[in-house]
Order: sequence, then structure tokens, then C-alpha cells
Amino acid sequence: MSAEPSLSQRGRVWFEALTGDAGAIASGLRSVCVADADLGGQPARFIAVVPDAQNRFPRARTGEVGIDEGWALAFHVRHAIAADRDAARRPIIAVVDVTSQAYGRREELLGIHLACAAAADAYASARLAGHPVISLLVGKAMSGAFLAHGYQANRIIALDSPEVMVHAMGKQAAARVTRRSVAELEMLGETFAPMAYDIRSFAKLGLLYKLISGIDADAPERTDVERVRAELCRAIADTRAGTHGLASRLTSPAARESRVASIEVRRRLAEQWDAA
Amino acid sequence: MNTDAASRVAARRDYRRFLARHSFIEMPARERARAILDPGSFRELLGPFDRIKSPWLPLQGIVAQADDGVVLARGTLSGEPALVAAIESAYQGGSMGEVSGAKIAGALELACRDCEQGRPVLPVLLLETGGVRLQEANLGLAAIAEIHAAIVALRRHVPVVGVIAGMVGCFGGMSLAAALCSHLLVTRQARLGMNGPEVIEQEAGIVELDAADRALIWSLIGGEQRRAVGLADDLLEDDAEAIAAAVRGAFARGMPALERSAQVEHYLERLATIDPQQPLDGKMLRALWNEGTAP
Repeated sequence: MSAEPSLSQRGRVWFEALTGDAGAIASGLRSVCVADADLGGQPARFIAVVPDAQNRFPRARTGEVGIDEGWALAFHVRHAIAADRDAARRPIIAVVDVTSQAYGRREELLGIHLACAAAADAYASARLAGHPVISLLVGKAMSGAFLAHGYQANRIIALDSPEVMVHAMGKQAAARVTRRSVAELEMLGETFAPMAYDIRSFAKLGLLYKLISGIDADAPERTDVERVRAELCRAIADTRAGTHGLASRLTSPAARESRVASIEVRRRLAEQWDAA
Repeated sequence: MNTDAASRVAARRDYRRFLARHSFIEMPARERARAILDPGSFRELLGPFDRIKSPWLPLQGIVAQADDGVVLARGTLSGEPALVAAIESAYQGGSMGEVSGAKIAGALELACRDCEQGRPVLPVLLLETGGVRLQEANLGLAAIAEIHAAIVALRRHVPVVGVIAGMVGCFGGMSLAAALCSHLLVTRQARLGMNGPEVIEQEAGIVELDAADRALIWSLIGGEQRRAVGLADDLLEDDAEAIAAAVRGAFARGMPALERSAQVEHYLERLATIDPQQPLDGKMLRALWNEGTAP
């Protein structure tokens, strides 16, 4: 069993710091925060998933993306797409601090895979419709929860803090599945960047647009918030100048070092695609 | 002929049909891809002789297979250009590493490019995977996000057809890929779930789920249950010819009016009928969500 000693408040802290009291939208869930707020002189939709100790699904009470959360994310992203169909596409900012997808029998039965897919679909569809979609990692970005909330973004930005992590599975479970001790797993992470949990290692993979250092991630000062806003605006401008796909994750200087095989597979596949 | 004799003849025919059946489940990925495509049209891309292996497994003392467990094949389906991506479950549990994931994502991206240029390619995913390969962790997860992106982009041009035959099933981030498919075909032996039963037992305890209780597992996430509540489209016998025909049938149905993963209102309504305080099992959910097919 895994029990978190204390629930991370970072998702809520950053959501509130970035949106103030402005434009809050009732999501129907205490675990999903949505607001339309100004970002660099333009309206943007901010979305966060936060812990809700009273969540009607007991296995989604500590900041997980559960069934309700997945569908709520899909609803609020698609709402922005529909609202902007004939207007400027507002940026969509996913504030990410998600500990995992919800692990439960009921969740599986009800199709949590589809709920998370619906969220990923909505973010990807927003991107394809021309909305700049930016992820801001302020805490954990774990596994299926990150696939649902954040990994479809045009650009991913992260705070440089020890609690900001990206990984495919929690340490304890990953150790059991790969039949290693947690210590061995941590050592492997130090040797191979793809296996590490910390955000600095993740930055080496070329998937991150910007790692922002020197920020108080738990209790941001006004200047911290302003710096993050400026980076979000930069990412939005960069997105608007580019394509709607995820190609930047393969063309960044770090990706050219760390994702050599990902690039090589695509190059050779293109050569062989049409019969000679 | 009296009815007794007629039924004996019918039984014999069924028996012969059963014997003539080619099990799809027992086929390795390459044979599966071949069985789906029109006879003689199979052409493998990045095959074993191209030797594009995982760069990460040997560093951890694990032998890398020359195709990294994914078979990509171009060919035709009823004469139309097609792409089949088949995952080999016998290699590393069908897990998605950097190379295997990039093969699927890259092929779907090229299919999308062709579609955008007015040359449709029919994409088929044969999903048999536990999800991310943990030895390649974040690069596997990144590749799965790229597979999701490619399916959503490609689905705007052609239906994407997924098949889960068994016996591994489809789990982890790849269960989202299955859910993104326009048409999802399953057998009774298939399982489709986000978290594997063992992972749930480990994370939530045996009270939450006993991973050794096979009947329970299939009653929750088995192919028949998924079809009955509308989380899969076709329930098929383990028969290569029947599955190949069903794939063609799925493309013949064309694009769904609304992709399953975009049916937000419908699923919000469905979830409103659920009270998590009350007991719920597969049979009860069938009664609640008893419609079988998507609207």
C-alpha cells in the first residue's frame, strides 16, 4: 500500500496564484479547478486537478486523475474549443501536480482508461484546432495521470524543484515490477536519464521546453508568479509561430542527444514507407 | 432428412468449422499482421534485418530483440493501402520502449501525412501490451503520448481500428490508445484496463482486488464485458479469418458519428447513474449501461 504522508497543495497554490479570483468556472468537482483569466493581455483557460478528501470515489482523494476527473477535463477543454470555434483560440494552461491515475476495481470497471483517453483526446484536439496548449509542471506528473492531464501540450514547462517529477510508475511499484530494490532503481536513474524521477533528468530528454529555476514552488512570491507568467507567454508565442504537432519534442537540442533512436526510427521508416 | 439427422449434420459442420479455425491468439505478431492483410500484400517496415534495437536494454543486462517487439507492415485491405502495427507480447510483455513506441508513433504519423496528401492509408493496431517498458520509463511514456497524438490526428481522416485478441490484453498508457481507436475489436480472451490487476492489488491491497481471481478479472475488464457496456465495438471468436473480416467490416462502417473518447455528454450522463457508495460488479453495470453500442 502506498500512502502519501501529506497531500501536495501545489496544484491549487499555482492555480490560484496564476488566476487570482478571476473567472472561476464551476466545474462540478472540487478536484478539478477551471478558470478563464488574463495571461499577458489575452484570456487563457487554466485547469488543475487537486486533492479532494471528500471525492465520491475513495481512490481518487489524494490528487489522482480518476474517472470523474478525466471526463471533467475533457468537458472543460472541449468547452473552450467550442466557444472559440469562430474566434481567437485561447491558450489552455494545464497546471500539473498529479500523483497518479486512480487505482481501483470500480475505476477499471467503469473504464478509467476511456476517461483518461477522453482528456488526452480533448487536449490533443484543442492543439489541432489551434489552441496553444501549455503544461506547467509544479509537482508530480506521473504516468497515466500525466498522459491525461498535460502530456498532449504543445510545450511543457517545469519548475526546477525536487518535488517536480515525471515518471511512468511510482518508485515502490516500479521496483516490484522490475524486481529491483528502490535503492537499485534510484541508482539506475542516476545512470540512465529515462529511468530517473527528478525533473532535471527529465529535462535532459529534450521533452521539456523550459525548466524554471530559483522559484519558491510551495509559496511563490509575486515575482515568482510574474516570471512563470512570462515563460508561459513565451511558450504561447513560440507555439503560435510553429505547428500544431509535438515535433518540437524531437527537434530540441537535448532530444537530438537523448532521443537518437526516436529520430532514427522515424528517418528510416520514412525511407521504407513507400515500396521501392 | 429428419430433424435429428439435420442437427447431427449441423453439429458435424460446426465441429469441422472449429477444427478449421486458425487461432489468432496463438500467432506471433508477424503472423498476425500477415493474417490481417490481403494475401501476398504484407511488406514489413523496419524488420529484424534493419536491426533497430533498444539502446537501453543492453545497458541494463537485457538482450535486445532486433525488432524491439513491434512488427510494422504495409499492405492492402480489400485492395486499399493499409498499415498494420502488431505488438509482440512474447517480448518484454509487449511493453513500449523508445524504439517500439517510436515505430508505432512514426508509422501513424506517416499514415497521417499520406492522408493529408489525399492518399488514405487504413491503420490497424494489434494491441497486446502491458504499457510502458519500465526499463525505458520516461522515453516509453513519451512515445505513448506521441502515439495518442498520432491517433487523434489520423482519426480525422480515416477510422483507426484496434484489435485486442489476448492473452496479454492491453494495459497502461496503451489502454488509452485502445480507447482512442474509432473501432475497437475484442475477443472473449481479451482484457482491457488502465491498471493491470497486479498493480491494483499492489497499490490498493488485496481487499480492493484479488489479482489471482481470474473469473473476477474477466468479469470486470474482459472482452465480453467491455463489449456489453459499449467500451468495445465487436466481440469476436479467436479465429484469424473472422478477425481479418471484422477489421474490413470496421473500415466499411467508416468514421463514427462521434468518436467514443469524444462522447463527453454521454459518459457524464452514464456516470451520473453511478453511486460509488453502492456495490457494483460487471453484471450490475451491464444492467445500468445496457445499450451495448455507442449512440
